[in-house]
Amino acid sequence: MSKKEKRRLLRILIASAGFVAAFISNLDGLSEFLVFFIPYLIVGGDILWKAARNIIRGQVFDENFLMSIATIGAFCLGEYAEGIAVMLFFQVGELFQSYAVSRSRRSISELMDIRPDYANVLRNGEMIQVDPEEVQINESIVVKPGERIPLDGIITGGFSTIDTSALTGESAPRDAQKGEEVISGCINQTGKLTIQVNKEYGQSTVVKILELVENSSDKKSRSENFITKFARYYTPFVFFAALILAIIPPLTMGQPFDIWIERALIFLVISCPCALVISVPLSFFGGIGGASKSGVLVKGSNYLEALANTEMVVFDKTGTLTKGNFIVSEIYSKKMSNQELLELAAYAEDYSNHPIAQSIKQAFGKTIDSSRIKDIEEVAGHGVKSVIDGKVVFAGNAKLMKREHISYNDRKLVGTAVHIAINNEYMGYILVEDKIKQDAPHAITALKSAGITQTVMLTGDADSVGKKVATKLKLDKVYTELLPADKVEHVEELMKQKNEKRSLAFVGDGINDAPVLARADIGIAMGGLGSDAAIEAADVVIMTDEPSKIATVMKISKKTLRIAKQNIVFALGVKGVVLIMGAIGMATMWAAVFADVGVSVLAILNAIRALNIKKFNTPVQFSQNQEEGNRKEIVA
Amino acid sequence: MKKTYKLLDVDCGNCAAKIEHGISKLDDVTDVKVNFMGQRMILEAPDDKFDAVFKQAKKIIKKIDSGVSIET
Repeated sequence: MSKKEKRRLLRILIASAGFVAAFISNLDGLSEFLVFFIPYLIVGGDILWKAARNIIRGQVFDENFLMSIATIGAFCLGEYAEGIAVMLFFQVGELFQSYAVSRSRRSISELMDIRPDYANVLRNGEMIQVDPEEVQINESIVVKPGERIPLDGIITGGFSTIDTSALTGESAPRDAQKGEEVISGCINQTGKLTIQVNKEYGQSTVVKILELVENSSDKKSRSENFITKFARYYTPFVFFAALILAIIPPLTMGQPFDIWIERALIFLVISCPCALVISVPLSFFGGIGGASKSGVLVKGSNYLEALANTEMVVFDKTGTLTKGNFIVSEIYSKKMSNQELLELAAYAEDYSNHPIAQSIKQAFGKTIDSSRIKDIEEVAGHGVKSVIDGKVVFAGNAKLMKREHISYNDRKLVGTAVHIAINNEYMGYILVEDKIKQDAPHAITALKSAGITQTVMLTGDADSVGKKVATKLKLDKVYTELLPADKVEHVEELMKQKNEKRSLAFVGDGINDAPVLARADIGIAMGGLGSDAAIEAADVVIMTDEPSKIATVMKISKKTLRIAKQNIVFALGVKGVVLIMGAIGMATMWAAVFADVGVSVLAILNAIRALNIKKFNTPVQFSQNQEEGNRKEIVA
Repeated sequence: MKKTYKLLDVDCGNCAAKIEHGISKLDDVTDVKVNFMGQRMILEAPDDKFDAVFKQAKKIIKKIDSGVSIET
């Protein structure tokens, strides 16, 4: 609690004690008035003062003013207890509201407590502690175990495990060693790392993320806009209704003034729109916070709203549903053992940096004795010709086999085949494929259960590869062999097909999807870490590589929207009912206090629920792919 | 020109909305956003008129909620 809040609490407590004492003292006349009025001044003095000052400044419809007339009015009518109670509860509500707001602000900033305080920079062989902003590109910094990595860079020495949970929501630590890129904001856990900085602090991941989160509540949702607009008309409306209520019936129907004035005062107590105005943005604030807690950055409440209302999700394939790196999925060997063929291929491809060559070497897994290799010749677009252990080895695609007039197995293969021949004799092929991300099947089923009616995949890959992935993941539609520009066209086409009032989300890895991300109702970028283009172009950034987070954030957005709607309906409903009952004389001042403060407290408590996202973070159950037996990865 | 200010101790969400509405009605304001939860104000106005606009904006803020402090 802040100082201001503590003072308010103290005043509430003193006034409550005074109120109880006044209640049981049972005095008459002026002394009765005084025992009630003194605690009233203690608790409501600041409100009266603010009201007076605001009227001088020409601010009529402010809550302080309304509460002041309502309570002074009650005193004038001789209803002392009501007068002080209204003020007391109003202050309790204000205190509660300010406490809830500052608490949820704090929990968000704790969540985003990734700002590094210092960097240990190496200068002239000495390690000095400086502000991260003072470190230049290419300088080396040292990060000790337990410290936060202050700047983005490449590890030049040491190895360690890194905790990325503050950025990605991923609880398992990641290994990091020499040559790997690390991002600022993560915590170095076990070993000392030397890092060569490759971005200035202002451009670093941690600053980008903080800016994004801080900016996120600037973009308001429709319900927030509705409620602030509503509040603008609500208060004057209720105020004038109260005025009419106080004057017209007594003048026209000869009714006693005091009854109608009391009813008018009830109106004034209910006229404060604060509960509504705070509970809706508070819900969205919580929802965005909850999403970032699970590793998804949402750039604004409006996107949270659109996410809740999505009916179609369009995916890019490579890097989004599949890992974007290749693995060996099948070995077909005619003459030798599979391991021998793999070894031969690995030797043949040793000098190549192509992802396919890398995947073969990785599958082979042993160190390569380069003295066995002689005369390497790359045949561009075809493959490699090399001499291994004195034998001429060709390794490459079908075109290479044709060129060398080697008869090869040309059955239709899904994936990319590397054919191998020794001394012009065909030995077999190695099939490499991109693999589906582990949680991709779960991601699709979770989206379906979250109410997505259509899932679509767009890919530039060959038809056979694309169709296989789509079938495996049970996607509704797939478009293959697309150029980047075709993707925009397809998304536009799909946007025409969907229900106008609902939205289409496009999910891509952000590398060359920027135009599509911008075109879709909601652009979701995957694996935001490290890709500036993705962070900028997208509306929602998934920090990890998991497509299943899309369903998670949709659930969070639905929950947030539900809470916001509940609050609007509940608060308006209760206020409406009490207003009507007050007008016909069936509601007391006490009911009015509930309609104002009680509703406020309940709505705020409800809004705080949005921040709580534990139940969406249940671990995903992976099913091992049975058909492929001993292999662990699910192959596309 | 677009500038972001920190608005501390805004009393309630409604005051923030009133501040935003009040400032948006000023002449020469291109855009203004007051974010109660984020405690920020983003003010956008033509470069040559920015200082004058900001002065008026400050007046409006003080008028609606005198307890607010503005930091750049």
